[in-house]
Amino acid sequence: MPNFHRKLERSAIGFVLAIVGVSAIGGFVEIAPLFTIHETVEKAPDMRVYTPLEVAGRNIYIREGCYACHSQMIRTLRDEVERYGPFSLAVESQYDHPMLWGSKRTGPDLARVGGKYSDAWHVAHLINPRDVVPESVMPRYAWLQRNALKTDDLGLHLAAQRTVGVPYTDEMIANAPADAYGQANPDSSYASGVTARYGDATNVRAFDGSAGRLTEMDALVAYLQVLGRLTDAAQKTATATKE
Amino acid sequence: MVSGLTVSERRLALVVSGLLAVCGLAMAVVGRNDLLGTHGFVVLAFSLGIIALVASRYLDPEPSEERLSHYYDEPTKVGIVLAMVWAVVGMFFGVWVAALLAWPDLTFDAAWASFGRIRPVHTSGVIFGFGGNALIATSFHVLQRTTRARLPDQFSPWFVLIGYNLFCVLAASGYFMGLTQSKEYAEPEWYADLWLVIVWVVYFLIYIRTLQRRKEPHIYVANWYYMAFILVVAILHIVNNLAVPVSLGHAKSYSLFSGVQDAMTQWWYGHNAVAFFLTAGFLGMMYYYLPKRAGRPIFSYRLSIISFWGITFMYMWAGSHHLHYTALPQWVQTLGMTFSVVLLVPSWASAGNALATLNGAWHKVRDDATLRFMMVAAVFYGLSTFEGSFMAIRAVNSLSHYTDWTVGHVHAGALGWVAMITFGSLYALVPWMWKQERMYSPALVEVHFWLALTGTIIYVFAMWNSGIIQGLMWRTYNDSGTLAYSFIDSLVAMHPYYIARTVGGLLFFAGAVVASYNIWMTIRMSRRAEPAVQGAADMPAAVAIVPGE
Repeated sequence: MPNFHRKLERSAIGFVLAIVGVSAIGGFVEIAPLFTIHETVEKAPDMRVYTPLEVAGRNIYIREGCYACHSQMIRTLRDEVERYGPFSLAVESQYDHPMLWGSKRTGPDLARVGGKYSDAWHVAHLINPRDVVPESVMPRYAWLQRNALKTDDLGLHLAAQRTVGVPYTDEMIANAPADAYGQANPDSSYASGVTARYGDATNVRAFDGSAGRLTEMDALVAYLQVLGRLTDAAQKTATATKE
Repeated sequence: MVSGLTVSERRLALVVSGLLAVCGLAMAVVGRNDLLGTHGFVVLAFSLGIIALVASRYLDPEPSEERLSHYYDEPTKVGIVLAMVWAVVGMFFGVWVAALLAWPDLTFDAAWASFGRIRPVHTSGVIFGFGGNALIATSFHVLQRTTRARLPDQFSPWFVLIGYNLFCVLAASGYFMGLTQSKEYAEPEWYADLWLVIVWVVYFLIYIRTLQRRKEPHIYVANWYYMAFILVVAILHIVNNLAVPVSLGHAKSYSLFSGVQDAMTQWWYGHNAVAFFLTAGFLGMMYYYLPKRAGRPIFSYRLSIISFWGITFMYMWAGSHHLHYTALPQWVQTLGMTFSVVLLVPSWASAGNALATLNGAWHKVRDDATLRFMMVAAVFYGLSTFEGSFMAIRAVNSLSHYTDWTVGHVHAGALGWVAMITFGSLYALVPWMWKQERMYSPALVEVHFWLALTGTIIYVFAMWNSGIIQGLMWRTYNDSGTLAYSFIDSLVAMHPYYIARTVGGLLFFAGAVVASYNIWMTIRMSRRAEPAVQGAADMPAAVAIVPGE
């Protein structure tokens, strides 16, 4: 063996090839099957895609680095299921490019935060977290309320997501900016298109408390309110496990 | 630095930075409605600065043929200075983010200063800015000495060093503006990633070309590690960053992978960035500077072989231990756990090899703070790899994951191993590079050593405590079978530890400032005086090497 190695370490190219070969095995064995074995991701026929406003909110969530302190992955441990809700299924992040499972909980998990608090709570919490949770160490995100949301390129965002596998239709892409506006302005003529395209269960309301002006706050709250609510596959699994 | 280049190399430098300026201008124009445009101006300003630098010395006389009888160390010198600049910047932001968790309103209502945006400035500033520049600088130094060959040309090392720093600038400035793809330690967007691939290919070519010109029959151990670092980081970087940009005028992109596949790919990258950026590269440093400074040969050649191939093979399986109890299929989690535990064997082989090398030189360790930096680094390497294998066990991970224990583990590695081995190597290297007998102040090296060690210990103990308390509080039940603590209870319990962590970080940061001052004064000392040391034997094997032969 040492003799073989003495030969190997005399050849620069041989050594390079050996490193690439030896190191590639592990990743290949673990990652490649995940794309082919069909059991990796369960089926959830009721799964819906994010609306343009929720996509914009998700991008704000990413921009502000929320993932650094909040996970979106409830593990299969008793205390987590009791604290946060049914454990996360792979299908629930099927349309998440990239996933936001997180690695650290400085704040609580958000995988099922959708619908847990009112919009007004979220807005107050984002403007100054210590107004609603005195011990919180979260930063203030007051500027979200001041910044107008950029919607003109949302169609391009949806189109790019379709390229990587999210089933957005041509109609959804064409109407993206209007749908974003309509979802946060229930009284406008654009609102009806949102439920027509994304389902009756879609939240259509003035998330930041004021209709008319579309802010980054609208988008982020819309996103937070849909977390864990794109499909109820996890609730069904939880019930089935109990029975 | 420019007058050492030949006229044709200066011309090439102008052409390449001109092309880069054109790219910057194009980004500024097509991305004018997006943050991509802002980054276009950053690239443009950066390349115009380089052009001005090269042009100001363009008419200097051609350097003499005598240069070929020396190793080419200018990029190493500049790399050392850049590494220290990034160390101070990255650690400063580290102290700031630590303080934010104790005093959350230190963001002054400014978007750029909030936790989520400056945390990656800290992580990337330290890992890529400080660590990356130190790796590039030392690898060029080690590569030439262990092959007894000069670098193949004088332009490409500058391209790698300066190009790499452009990547770091794009990364850090992007985070302030909110540009991130949210993949931890792979946050920069698609155009910065593409640029890094180009830089990295040139880095690899320098390495392989120099190895092929070597005057030593064997490739020295340190170069195995540097090669593995360059090659595997390239593989990881390319695969994990596959993404589709919103348009060519947008900075934002969407990852090719989603959900569970994306999680596996990300942590395959994330854990192997630890393995091949923060371990293999720095083991390359250790395998050269530690025996050199101790004046002893490496303890065991066989152990080096076992350890090297063990690390290269097994680390790539370990990433899935970041995803225990998640929606990742169970068999992948189990594979990741198993290999993480077995990984202890090659890791400890390296740590043990380093410590055994010091046998017979322990009196030097006692007297020489530089060597003590390296010794402590080897000890922390052993400790944090043990901790890592332990934390990869599913049952332990159920407690430690998502808590500060992970943060403590990472910093035991980052402060205790990566930064300590780097400081030790730089303290050995700086006097050699600037032809001095010793550092400007050995006493300040001693001061730095104790600041760094105290800071690390305070930091790591604070995080161990907070992490374990946090994990236990989350899973504690009271007698009636309900959860005993709310989430916010656990956060309140963290407060004293978060303050302790800030203090530990501050001490470590202060040490880095002391080191920068000491290195800077050593450089100034060399400018004032004649070279104190003539490195008579420190030159390439064949004197009249024609560049690019």
